[in-house]
Amino acid sequence: MDPLLRPGHNAPHLPAAMGPGYADVFDRLSRQGGRVETTGTNALPTFDAHAGAKQASFQPYQNNGGSVVAVAGKDFCVVASDTRFGLGFAVPTRMISRNLVLNDKVVLATAGMQADTCTLHKVLRIRLDMYRQNHGKDMSLGAVSQLLSNTLYYKRFFPYYTFNVLGGVDENGEGFCYGYDAIGSHEKVKVVCTGSSQSLIQPVLDNQVDGKQMYDGQPVAELSLEQTVELVKDCFSSAGERDIYTVGLDGRGQPPLYVKILKLAFVLTSHPLRSKYTRSHFIQGQSPAVRDSQTTTDTYFT
Amino acid sequence: MELGFLDRPHGAGGVRVTGAALVDELGYSLGCDRMHPTGAPVLTAPPGDAPASFLTEAFRGQDDHALKFLHGTTTLAFVFQGGVVVAVDSRASMGQYIGSGSVRKIIEINPYLLGTMAGGAADCSFWERDLGRRCRLYELRNKERISVAAASKLLANTVYGYKGMGLSMGTMITGWDKTGPNLFYVDNDGTRLKGHKFSVGSGSTYAYGVLDQGYHWDLTVEDALELGRRSIFHATHRDAASGGFINVYHVKEDGWVNISHEDSGMTKYYEYKAQSAAVDSTAMES
Repeated sequence: MDPLLRPGHNAPHLPAAMGPGYADVFDRLSRQGGRVETTGTNALPTFDAHAGAKQASFQPYQNNGGSVVAVAGKDFCVVASDTRFGLGFAVPTRMISRNLVLNDKVVLATAGMQADTCTLHKVLRIRLDMYRQNHGKDMSLGAVSQLLSNTLYYKRFFPYYTFNVLGGVDENGEGFCYGYDAIGSHEKVKVVCTGSSQSLIQPVLDNQVDGKQMYDGQPVAELSLEQTVELVKDCFSSAGERDIYTVGLDGRGQPPLYVKILKLAFVLTSHPLRSKYTRSHFIQGQSPAVRDSQTTTDTYFT
Repeated sequence: MELGFLDRPHGAGGVRVTGAALVDELGYSLGCDRMHPTGAPVLTAPPGDAPASFLTEAFRGQDDHALKFLHGTTTLAFVFQGGVVVAVDSRASMGQYIGSGSVRKIIEINPYLLGTMAGGAADCSFWERDLGRRCRLYELRNKERISVAAASKLLANTVYGYKGMGLSMGTMITGWDKTGPNLFYVDNDGTRLKGHKFSVGSGSTYAYGVLDQGYHWDLTVEDALELGRRSIFHATHRDAASGGFINVYHVKEDGWVNISHEDSGMTKYYEYKAQSAAVDSTAMES
């Protein structure tokens, strides 16, 4: 039996992507469109609506934007995403979730195409449920990271148009995160951002969390959970000011930002945006510990 | 003998959890459905009749940076009297953006085999991980380690099966087997070459320049490691798509050793500059 037929169901599982035949249909349509005779006895009536349809092509992807961030600390990991659903210059909705809570130690956040995100999340949910049934325990962070990589790579030639970060706490209670490209190349890191604001947010996080570009590579003080959440929120609100595909503030100055914090046990919070750090502190690039010890007056958002 | 139970080690009804069975009990395809008789996963071909250009077509008219994978590299490996030296940088670029500055481009296939990563990061790491799995199976079946020649051929044959479909991989497989130190170059076209000295990636021309003028078979281990490191440094200095850290491994008779992990930045630059200044002044004095 076709393994792709669902037992007990009449509905066949659709072939993965479209076969050559389907692509050909588009091809033939486009050729037909180009060859319609407009004069002579065989002339077909032409419509303006068709005038532009000279070329049809297979366009399976759309970019819905969004940015996702994960920052790991000693015993926690913050996973955050914005909620804007973009489509060209339109914003069909400002409130979608890009996060998937895989278990109480692991959270996934996905930017890119929303339909692919949903499908990827569905597949992972099923795989984690299967693992839970088979092994009687939750999948560890490391195992999930490899599963996600393989899941993405299995669609190497027709990829999920998704950019993932995975965050959580490992078996020892230490926070870690993983960043991915669309086809499963991944790296275990302490801080990562993917999605449309990747190039805006990642350098700031490298500097503030990893101590990159700090003078003489002096070690930076580790951020507390609260400091991390504040930093992440600042990253999103700043990126939202410069990237049309990442949401900044809503009408009331609140960020529609989902922040999920893993601290041994899973906690879900949704914080209002409020920064206690001054602009000058950011410019000076001081480590968080130094920043905190100073009096803050000129706040980013009040 | 009925061996079907091997497919269901946990006795769960209907759900096969081993091997190629990645289809759940509802029949949902969960990824890789098939395996090649050699044991390699079989990936679904892209839709349409031009697999290699599928993604370019699908993203036509969209932002240039809509879909970029990790790329860009300098890697090198050479055989000498003391074994094999493998040295690489750690930068991965996605177009103009530096996707990561800390990629581990030397892949530890097993304690005796190393692979390097150039081209698509996902292609290299996926297939070399798969290679590690198959080398382990070989070991269990044959009660001896796989030769470097055989291991590299497994990889070459696998990617040859995807020829023309857009895989991107330029790798060196190296290790020590019964025949001694071995080095093979394998790429996505299916090319497989045995050799003593290879460099792969966008910075390879720069690396070859340094490597060729400093290479001897009789190099001491210390000098050989430094030659590898220095070649990578000069490549990261002149090639914008290479950079980050310089990782160096040494393959010896009893397996590989991770030698060093150093920043390729200005500290290294001044270190080499001071050395050459010292050489200059000695030359002037004499």
